[in-house]
Amino acid sequence: MIAPVARLITRRLANAALLLLVVAALTFALIHAAPGGPFSADRAVGAEIEAALSAQYRLDEPLSQQFIGYLGNALRGDFGPSFKYPGREVSELIAAGLPATLELACYALLLALVVGVGAGALAASRPGGLRDRLPMAVALIGICLPAFVLGPLLVLVFGIYTEWLPISGWGELAGDKVLPTITLAAGYSAYIARLTRAGLRDQLAQPYILTARAKGLGTAAVIVNHALRGALLPVVAYLGPACAGLIAGSFVVETIFQIPGIGRFYIQAAFNRDYTLILGLTLFFATLITLFNLLADLLALWLDPRQREAL
Amino acid sequence: MACKMPLTPKPTTKRAGLLLVALLLAACSGGERRVDSGTRDGVLHWGNASEPHSLDPHIASGVTEQKILSTLFEGLVGKHPESLAPIPAGASDWQVSADGLRYRFHLRANARWSDGTPVTAEDYRWAWSRALQPELGNPFATMMFAIAGAEAYWRGQLASFELVGVRVIDPLTLEVVLNHPMPVFLQLLDMPTFYPLKRASVEQFGSATARASRWTYPGNMVSNGPFMLHQWQINRRVVVAKNPHYWEPGAPRLNQIIFYPTENTTTEERMFRAGQLHYTYELPANKLPFYQRERPEQLRLAPYLGSYFYRFNTRRPELADPRVRRALARAVDRVQLTERVLQAGQLPAYAMTPPNTAGYYPPAGAKAALSFDPAAAQALLSEAGYPNGAGLPPIEILYNTKDEHRKVAVAIQQMWKQHLNVDATLRNQEWKVYLDSEQRGDFQITRASWIGDYLDAQNFLEIWLCDSPNNRTGWCDPGFDQLMLETLPQAHSEAARHRLLGLAEQRLLDGLPLLPIYTYTSKHLVHPDLKGYTTNLLNQPLFKQLWLQRDAEAAP
Repeated sequence: MIAPVARLITRRLANAALLLLVVAALTFALIHAAPGGPFSADRAVGAEIEAALSAQYRLDEPLSQQFIGYLGNALRGDFGPSFKYPGREVSELIAAGLPATLELACYALLLALVVGVGAGALAASRPGGLRDRLPMAVALIGICLPAFVLGPLLVLVFGIYTEWLPISGWGELAGDKVLPTITLAAGYSAYIARLTRAGLRDQLAQPYILTARAKGLGTAAVIVNHALRGALLPVVAYLGPACAGLIAGSFVVETIFQIPGIGRFYIQAAFNRDYTLILGLTLFFATLITLFNLLADLLALWLDPRQREAL
Repeated sequence: MACKMPLTPKPTTKRAGLLLVALLLAACSGGERRVDSGTRDGVLHWGNASEPHSLDPHIASGVTEQKILSTLFEGLVGKHPESLAPIPAGASDWQVSADGLRYRFHLRANARWSDGTPVTAEDYRWAWSRALQPELGNPFATMMFAIAGAEAYWRGQLASFELVGVRVIDPLTLEVVLNHPMPVFLQLLDMPTFYPLKRASVEQFGSATARASRWTYPGNMVSNGPFMLHQWQINRRVVVAKNPHYWEPGAPRLNQIIFYPTENTTTEERMFRAGQLHYTYELPANKLPFYQRERPEQLRLAPYLGSYFYRFNTRRPELADPRVRRALARAVDRVQLTERVLQAGQLPAYAMTPPNTAGYYPPAGAKAALSFDPAAAQALLSEAGYPNGAGLPPIEILYNTKDEHRKVAVAIQQMWKQHLNVDATLRNQEWKVYLDSEQRGDFQITRASWIGDYLDAQNFLEIWLCDSPNNRTGWCDPGFDQLMLETLPQAHSEAARHRLLGLAEQRLLDGLPLLPIYTYTSKHLVHPDLKGYTTNLLNQPLFKQLWLQRDAEAAP
């Protein structure tokens, strides 16, 4: 059993390395193709200063040489200095922003799972009834409402009209993590609710459920003790992309709520043409996404005996 | 990764959900607003637009960095927070020689660095020599070229900084020799590039000319201003705290200032409303009517030394004829634009330099020559060979993506259509793309602005020199260059300078590579607790004079 799994992991990691190389090359080509450079400014600094700066950051070398130099350094774990923030290393900036982003993603995932699975189970327990329709309608709204609409809406209601919650920052004022977490989790919990409901409806139609009911178990016990494990498989498969999406996609929420995470750096780096920071963050996100997908696959393998046998 | 899902959910799922919601609500017990605790503790919460990219006075270039640096450092001479007249700062007094070339500054004997050591003339001399090292990439090095030999030194043509006109007479006396008389020199001295630095504190963290040096980090930085760097959390806050060694008794009055990178102005306004900020860096245009109507006491609109204008690309055949440019300029109703479209007290502009820039006014005939006059505009366009706009190729206005710029462009587009029958299209580009298009000359008309670094018309006019990298229009008038570069430096009196600047501006307005639109206003939200805050043309508060206090009757 161990050997095929190890082979799977090795193969996937090899693919991931190749993928990262392609991502690095594409990103490098794209950012250098984008008009404007890191040192262009409305108040032009003058040709001499720009040349001195370019030389200092080796931007005057041919692109291929710059790329090879970058890869060589990156393999040694050196992602270079940020262009926009002299004195800061890219790895240092990522390390500074990562805790907030990770924390936000984890809270949002937890909330999404609790609310999503709960609502999905509730909906599946009485198909067609109000208990089904209401959560599913709310879920549909949750999926449709983008964070940049939901966030400001929550801010207006809970931050400004009622003043119950702070509307910006992360870990500065009591309760300032609530609104960003809800905003980020909303779409994911809605999706998980629908996945759970579909999975449960599927499972509840299986013969073994009949057996469970025949034993005299109530609906709640049937769902929680028997059907849920099978019903959650699609949810588990969704977890990989969800985790990656929560981390890579939190930039909207980070911007709305002024959270010092890496998502905000990513946006700023793109606007600033901070080449090294864009590259570093892109590679970081790409690594995360591949890693989470791999983890989700392994988790599914563990949960689902059929997949194990197929290996 | 701690993201773990409940693999075997217990019957408690729903209860757990309820518990979580209860916990979340419990977390939001409301608590004290940040401005309330700030006012009590003397901690000012200041919206500061963006994350400072550096706190090295010789690398930082933006307004946000300048705001923070002005709390940390102090130059020889400061500016009065209202009139902007020179006031003693690091120097208690100074003498200027009769020919206006030699300045002798007497430093305060009780001025101290934040580590308690005395500030000496050598600290200024060394800092200025560092500011002129080209590898540092100091964007304001050119501001120092007024000093004799500075430009040659920066270009590597002088062997030693000893040959530059900066001399330490004794530990408390610094002498500066200029190339030519320059009355505004005193105004330059509170710009970051003229701040003193403590050499040992910089060199302790590596080469003095390394951009990546960490001497500017909290705990490392030694500064001489009313505040010292206390904390710098990236994308979160920069905290400066009272410098106990600052020379002035009773200053600063605040204990701390916390600068927040509020690049999202909509969020910033909400933070202000929710009591998280005492001061906002900006106010989104769409929120302006609300504050004007409902909370005028919190809104501060003030004239700001900045010009909003359009650049004409005079290299384009359709815009090469000055009559076409003047026709377009005269078809713009600036009064309607400022009063109906912008509505924030902006002044209609008919010249490059804002009126009353340190006593200088643009040429008297400027307004009459550019004011809104559809008939005159049509006549000019006909003369140029495009009667009723016929035959004129479509004109494109390029602007960087921002709602306010779009509004102005749409209004001007309509005015040109209505009064000249000229079709204009609008194109917006992301900031760096827009800069690239502008610098490559790939445009017909672009939106532009120029904000004064100091109070002087020269600052606004010198961007129109033939080889200025900020000209970008292809317009080049040797007569203008001669006035600015050769005649102006010879002027010995303020009146003579203003007369020459007026002549130069007249040449610029005759050539018209620009379409003046309006003079800026600064827009801020200011909490009633913030005292001692005055507006000025440069939008530069004197932080050491600010304090926080709740009026008894204003308590909520």
